[in-house]
Amino acid sequence: MSTITVIEAVREAMAEEMRRDERVFIFGEDVGRRGGVFLASKGFIDEFGPARVLDTPLAEASIAGVAVGAAMAGMRPIAEVQFADFVWPIVNQIIGEAARARYGTKSKVSVPLVVRSPYGGQVRGGLFHSQSVEAYFAHTPGLKVVAPATPYDVKGLLKAAIRDEDPVVFLEHKRTYRSVRGEVPDEDYVLPIGVADVKRPGTNASIITYGLTLHYALAAADKLAVEGVEVEVVDLRTLKPLDAETVLASVRKTSRALVVHEDNISLGVGAEVAALIAEHAFEALDAPVMRVAGPDIPAMPFAPTLEAAFMPTTEKIEAALRRLLTY
Amino acid sequence: MQTIINLPHVGESVTEGVIGKWLAAPGQRVRRYDPLVEVVTDKVSMEVPSPFTGVLTSLLVQEGDTVPMGQPICEMNVEGAPVAQAEAAAPAVPAPAPAAPAPQATVNAPAAPAALRTFEFLDSVRAVGPTGSGEGGQGRPDALQDAAQVASTPQPPAPAPVGAPAPVSAAGGPWLSPLVRNLVRLHGVDVGALTGTGMRGRITKADVERYLEQVRRTGGGGAPAQPIARTPQPVMDPAVESSRMQMTPLRRTIAEHMARASREIPAAWTLVEVDCTGLVAARAAHRQALESNGGSGTYLPFTAWCVAGALRAHPRLNARWEDEGITLIHRVHLGIAASTEGGLIVPVVHDADRLGILDLARAIRTVTDAARTGKLTLEQVRGGTFTLNNTGALGSVASVPIINHPQAGILTTEAMVKRPVVVAGDAIAVRPMMNLCLTFDHRICDGAEAAAFLQDVRQRIERLSAGTAL
Amino acid sequence: MARKASRTAAGGLGLPDGLSGEDLLDLYGTMVLVRALDERVWAMNRQGKAAIVASCQGHEAAQLGSVWAMRAGAPAHFSFTYYRDLAVLTAEGLTPTESLLGFLAKDGEPLSGARQFPQHGAMPKRHVINLSNVVATHVPHAVGWALAAKMRGEPIAVAAFFGDGASSQGEVHEAMNFAAVQKLPVVFICENNGYAISVPQASQMAVKHVSTRAEGYGMPGVTVDGTDVREVFQAVSAASRRAAAGEGPTLVELLVERYLPHTSDDDDSVYRKRAEIEEARKRDPLAKLQALLLEAGLLTPQRDEQLRQRARDEVEAATDAAEAAPFPAPDDVFEHLFAPDAGQGGGR
Repeated sequence: MSTITVIEAVREAMAEEMRRDERVFIFGEDVGRRGGVFLASKGFIDEFGPARVLDTPLAEASIAGVAVGAAMAGMRPIAEVQFADFVWPIVNQIIGEAARARYGTKSKVSVPLVVRSPYGGQVRGGLFHSQSVEAYFAHTPGLKVVAPATPYDVKGLLKAAIRDEDPVVFLEHKRTYRSVRGEVPDEDYVLPIGVADVKRPGTNASIITYGLTLHYALAAADKLAVEGVEVEVVDLRTLKPLDAETVLASVRKTSRALVVHEDNISLGVGAEVAALIAEHAFEALDAPVMRVAGPDIPAMPFAPTLEAAFMPTTEKIEAALRRLLTY
Repeated sequence: MQTIINLPHVGESVTEGVIGKWLAAPGQRVRRYDPLVEVVTDKVSMEVPSPFTGVLTSLLVQEGDTVPMGQPICEMNVEGAPVAQAEAAAPAVPAPAPAAPAPQATVNAPAAPAALRTFEFLDSVRAVGPTGSGEGGQGRPDALQDAAQVASTPQPPAPAPVGAPAPVSAAGGPWLSPLVRNLVRLHGVDVGALTGTGMRGRITKADVERYLEQVRRTGGGGAPAQPIARTPQPVMDPAVESSRMQMTPLRRTIAEHMARASREIPAAWTLVEVDCTGLVAARAAHRQALESNGGSGTYLPFTAWCVAGALRAHPRLNARWEDEGITLIHRVHLGIAASTEGGLIVPVVHDADRLGILDLARAIRTVTDAARTGKLTLEQVRGGTFTLNNTGALGSVASVPIINHPQAGILTTEAMVKRPVVVAGDAIAVRPMMNLCLTFDHRICDGAEAAAFLQDVRQRIERLSAGTAL
Repeated sequence: MARKASRTAAGGLGLPDGLSGEDLLDLYGTMVLVRALDERVWAMNRQGKAAIVASCQGHEAAQLGSVWAMRAGAPAHFSFTYYRDLAVLTAEGLTPTESLLGFLAKDGEPLSGARQFPQHGAMPKRHVINLSNVVATHVPHAVGWALAAKMRGEPIAVAAFFGDGASSQGEVHEAMNFAAVQKLPVVFICENNGYAISVPQASQMAVKHVSTRAEGYGMPGVTVDGTDVREVFQAVSAASRRAAAGEGPTLVELLVERYLPHTSDDDDSVYRKRAEIEEARKRDPLAKLQALLLEAGLLTPQRDEQLRQRARDEVEAATDAAEAAPFPAPDDVFEHLFAPDAGQGGGR
């Protein structure tokens, strides 16, 4: 057991998989000598060489499109999109092509590809370095979308994503890279994609969340625990396929649900979770499902005051919990 | 002015830095923005410029030290009034006052799960640029975000202003959440007996659980079988000696009936004890079937079935005293005493002796629901020949009911209480026991006949079992 | 694959190295079959049986010459095609019955199980992927396939077929740039018929030839007559050899004609004059190859008629078989979303 950060978890997962399987290679802008702008592949070029740690031209559409072709040819590329804000050129290839390859060929070809991308804000990234892009991909059948928030989950799920036979969009919240530390086993392990995790058991209400806001949700739950209220915190970890069972079991137990995410509130993961609860746990509800999420503005602004106004925080979650608990 | 200089937060989510080389020595004057110290982080190597102009007085960390960001690294005698050092000087932010006290938990989760976590979030690790090349010390976003709380994310609907009425359902009763509606149905709880502590007086799951717990403690083996409504309590005002309460038509009718019964009927009273083991088993076996078929899932349909059967076998208790003589009534119309907000009402289940338990359960449910919602028809209160009153729901173990004039008798089922009893072989067993009390018109029948009737009811109840057909 | 030497009888044909008279006759037989099939599916569309058809009439020499050349130039090859490549698919082994199962959306269609438009999907064992009909998305796939081959040290040439309209797409630019930077074994084959649906080439690009862009990527570019099998073979086999030798990609532009509207849903009379098409028919690759073979004595009129009759019979039988086949079972709709064992690891 050792204690590492999220970025170290990313690094360990990729290095271990590259040692295990020579089909795995890293592909993206600045991934080589620089080791990625977040240093996810720091030192890789020395161990694995430039052919497997491949610096690409500054062109995201071809990063995705070439990776799709290589994956169809039997390789296991890990394509890095430097910031999630730059994913729009890859939409044509990932949503349009990769997600449909297996279905459109009756499994004659498949795309075992991982697209890794740092997402999310509260890093003074402004409109174009803070975006949450998960809902766009999570809407697409044929893709798996993973967004873990602790080193243990990041490492285990990234390894699973690399070994997966189908395309996985792997989203890493950039604020967690060095601010979240945690224990990981020394031995090889993978975590199943599509399984949520109860990060904190409770009986009085459920928070369903993922990404950075997991940590704020836990902080809010800890604050209320002092008053004798036990809030369960469910970390979705995978957004597609969504683990409905764990969410519903939690809500059936607590009868109150608060969905929290940083992404814009409308038509996103929170809306889907709320719909699932309404559809399948209606008779267990003692209060309407509530949401705390980023507002419906195009992105997180740069100024610290504006950024703070956007961000779901411990305080905002706590206030919403109190409303939910006193409903 | 002597000022402590902290290592600024520089670099995207970097937590600490290694002191490379001091670029100024103690005693040396440095100007604002002059390079002060080299710092190496996980991501970048950089020169940290001095935040102030002044004389470096002492170094608090040495070259090669690993220093958490935000920690002091040196002291400086700053010239002039220093500008607040944003990183270090940011005042502690007071937590916002809680909006409302959270309700007490009814069940305790495992204590302090936070301690079991194998990861930690270092909230103080703040980015100052998306990949770490941003300028440090321009203010901590977390210090500001609280100030910006007003411009907050979309919030769930705010609670209604104090004094707003509790939510009301389309049917006129209190609005119930899906869960509470389920619980109420499952446990046969009268909604009117519940006190809502939720928003605007809404009845919550906790309210139902609290009520059920209370019933368990005071009321024997099960939930109340019959509506219990609380009559609104009049308010006492010491400023006036007395005041006249408004007379409702229902109150006046009740008064007239009671006075007439008391005045005209020479009433006698008797009591028997019933072992309810079979009753409990029968109800447990059939409750779901009764409820899912629109019936009352309480004990009442079972006892009513027994009473109606016994009346058929003992017709003198289903009779009327008239000046010309005793009139036997050949149909059994069973009155079910129901307490409502307005007072006592006795809706009638007609031809109760011809109904099976399920049909009785449905009929009872129909008339008691109608009584509770004030929707009884004249037909539903007319023609009763005998009255059954579940005083046990009020916690009573023995009562002396007044006959509903001009009927021949009234029977109460009292609270079911677990008691040690002597059973076959002189063994002691704990059994759910219940008293049946009967008041009867001594003009119509004598004690022997009344006792025979009551014994019949007792035997019918004791013969019930899980195998009893609906 | 070693090719037979040219027959002396074909010496006057001006055949490029690697293409024998026998090869040419083989190719001609395939072209006759493809034309018969293409005419049949168009007719079936007009009968209301085939929902959508994109005809390859006018492109046959470009496509077949390229396939023969890819085989000749490299030890192994793989093709990423687009929606107008019936001749490529047929040359790589898609039978008329299989094609017609696709046009009629019948069960057993080999590329996509009739989930996709006709001719789309994959037949990797027959060296072809035609993944989608979004224009140009497959060009980076071809580059990725070549990258994988290079990483594994496999001597292969990968063909990316696309039209002149597709050449306007940004992904074609990115793919060519990437392939050139990494010296990948790709042959970019642009079948330039002068129209992107209705938009003529002059409205697509300010250059006369798509191939002139090659210089901007640092790779060779060449433009040849795509209705002449010999020229096509010459250019593509050179590119294929270059690719397999590890010398990098080439852009080959084949000037072809489109005799029918963009698809069966298009009406070209609103943007194209009849006379222009009549003029284009003078370059009909089928007629040109027929004349060449007759003139060289490699083909007699009797043999020619036999070939054509055989093609008509084959298409007839294929039509009957496809019409008799059932549609896919409705519950097939939920299959093949993810790998059956969505667990971890395992080879492909």
